[in-house]
Amino acid sequence: MAEQNDILEEHISSEYKYGFSSDIETETAPPGLSEDIVRFISAKKNEPKWMLDYRLKAYRHWQTMEEPRHWPLLKYPEINFQNIIYYAAPKQKPELKDLSEVDPELLATFEKLGISLEEQKRLTGVQSNIAIDAVIDSVSVKTTFKEVLAEKGIIFCSFSEAVQEHPELIKKYMGSVVPYTDNFYAALNAAVFSDGSFCYIPKGVRCPMELSTYFRINTSGTGQFERTLIVADEGSYVSYLEGCTAPMRDENQLHAAVVEIVSHKNAEVKYSTVQNWYPGDKNGKGGIYNFVTKRGICLEENSKISWTQVETGSSITWKYPSVILKGDNSVGEFYSVAVTNNYQQADTGTKMTHIGKNTRSTIISKGISAGHSNNSYRGLVRINKGAKNARNFSQCDSLLMSDKCGAHTFPYIEIKDKTAIVEHEATTSKIGEDQIFYCKQRGIDTEKAIGLIVNGYCKEVFNQLPMEFAVEAQKLLAVSLEGSVG
Amino acid sequence: MLTIKNLRAGIEGKEIIKGFNLEVKAGEVHAIMGPNGSGKSTLSNVLAGREDYIVSGGEVSFNGKNLLDMSPEVRAREGLFLAFQYPIEIPGVSNINFLKTAINEIRAYKGIGPMEAKDFLKLIKEKQALVELQGSLAGRSVNEGFSGGEKKRNEIFQMAVLEPTLAILDETDSGLDIDALRIVANGVNKLRSENRSFIVITHYQRLLDYIVPDFVHVLYDGVIVKSGGKELALELEEKGYDWIKKEVVEA
Ligand SMILES: Nc1ncnc2c1ncn2[C@@H]1O[C@H](COP(=O)(O)OP(=O)(O)OP(=O)(O)O)[C@@H](O)[C@H]1O
Ligand SMILES: [Mg+2]
Repeated sequence: MAEQNDILEEHISSEYKYGFSSDIETETAPPGLSEDIVRFISAKKNEPKWMLDYRLKAYRHWQTMEEPRHWPLLKYPEINFQNIIYYAAPKQKPELKDLSEVDPELLATFEKLGISLEEQKRLTGVQSNIAIDAVIDSVSVKTTFKEVLAEKGIIFCSFSEAVQEHPELIKKYMGSVVPYTDNFYAALNAAVFSDGSFCYIPKGVRCPMELSTYFRINTSGTGQFERTLIVADEGSYVSYLEGCTAPMRDENQLHAAVVEIVSHKNAEVKYSTVQNWYPGDKNGKGGIYNFVTKRGICLEENSKISWTQVETGSSITWKYPSVILKGDNSVGEFYSVAVTNNYQQADTGTKMTHIGKNTRSTIISKGISAGHSNNSYRGLVRINKGAKNARNFSQCDSLLMSDKCGAHTFPYIEIKDKTAIVEHEATTSKIGEDQIFYCKQRGIDTEKAIGLIVNGYCKEVFNQLPMEFAVEAQKLLAVSLEGSVG
Repeated sequence: MLTIKNLRAGIEGKEIIKGFNLEVKAGEVHAIMGPNGSGKSTLSNVLAGREDYIVSGGEVSFNGKNLLDMSPEVRAREGLFLAFQYPIEIPGVSNINFLKTAINEIRAYKGIGPMEAKDFLKLIKEKQALVELQGSLAGRSVNEGFSGGEKKRNEIFQMAVLEPTLAILDETDSGLDIDALRIVANGVNKLRSENRSFIVITHYQRLLDYIVPDFVHVLYDGVIVKSGGKELALELEEKGYDWIKKEVVEA
């Protein structure tokens, strides 16, 4: 029993290791939302008029919309949108020549997160390099490896920079997959987003390294609203990673992001997320409200978009990375591990919309619920008329770690074409005492045993992640579930 | 090595082991036989430390230490191995990864660092050959989709890799075909040594033709009612358990 107490102790102290907040000088807008705030943000970013107009249209539309409170299986108090700060940016000189000009606190923050913004010398194939765009409190502070990428014609920069430098691309693609009219949070984001990442892979280019955005909420009372836009031109390939953390705070902070992906003919985009926003404490106090719209479109034939997500953080997760399969023979994939512990709630899943002929989609969802948490899979597979020979395979598994948690599955299927083949499998199981005892009998303690069993359960999803990320995800899972069996 | 004195244990309020005594010295092989439901698996589980079982009395010392004070994983790290009557499946976890984790946990307990990858692979190859386990099985998920016999063989493979000082084999022979039985028994025999002991639970005398025990005990209603040499197994095979039950009732 002494040992069990130790484990408990360790669990309590190691709950969330990214929970520090940094003393970075920030510039913030007053709390609240109005046309003035929208104008303020746009002015801060020196935006052209078309961008401001877009924001204002979105803002006005948002005012006519209602929060989606009824259909998700999520319970949370009223959000007062006038109490949120919509703009917070680390104070820094406008143009940074190199890292020495960056606020040392900021660099230290990223060091603590285990992310080096120093561009490592490219060792001959020893390590796969990752180019990082770091976004802190909605503002992109540093993008690494830009020059190396530029040689191949790849654009990887902050969203604000793209608005200035590549307006034709932004105008063409922004809102083309997730229009501001799409939903309440997408509209809000379009009105107030302060930054994010933009990535364009030109025709025929295979991006030589993983591209990554790292998000961090730092300032108290702020919301984070970032946008990511990825465009893969004909025959190109890119693998994109997204990571996120936040300080531990008693308050709930709002994160409402939009991610849009456009995959052209023969192009492929792999988007992987390890979401680790602060989940709140063990009594359910604090934590991030994560309302995110992610959608990709396979615009032309033989294109492919693959979403892989490992969701361990946030107090509330509302997120449905989706694919519109417009091009013939296009492929959409969704691989998801969603873990909820304590009082976390997740309502997550995907939408696969089949429009083109011979389009294929795969959905693998692994929900793990522990403590008093609730975990729902919500998915829609829609086969439009004319989507000849469309195929979908869905597998939704739920694993329960306690008697007090909940797992729910809401699979919706709409088929308008007779030639479609749609398969759905679902299982719910409780983590086996037998399995844990078997491991212990071989010398493996409970925590490690749970780690092994759960990682085994999630293997199909982890296999989709880039190596470094998979290792990270495994560790994260173990931490999230520490002391959770019972 | 193992001394069990007057052990009493049960599950869900029902006493199943009712004053069990046994002394196993280093290097010895003890066979435990007994009718269905007499408490053989319960005894194995209690020795391995399964939490659902409640020990209500008695003492067990293992290599001089109080076994009953140890958590299941510590018992394992101290050298106790149980080959399960019904091995458990762990989907998605490869046998190799499972064993590597186990070995390194045991080493960490002993204060040794993790095993080098190449030494580990060598060990796996060597032990695989010992129990003639197909390479593909070692790479698959732990017991997942294994046939009954393959699962049993996998238990012996794990035992060979983990090199325990005391191995309890709970009906490892059940479900094995004749060739597999011989292979498993051979594996066990190769692992026999003067500082490794075995408790072999079986219903069939045939296994004991291959693994020749030093002692045979009959467990009936939670206690050992008769002990003898290997010839006792032959007698049981011939006459069944009725005569022993009668003896118990008369006594
Ligand atoms: N979890 C349990 N709940 C209730 N009774 C149990 C439980 N486990 C075992 N028993 C009972 O304990 C008794 C002994 O069971 P045990 O499995 O130890 O027998 P065994 O000697 O191994 O039998 P077999 O030869 O069939 O394997 C049986 O009557 C069994 O029904
Ligand atoms: Mg039994």
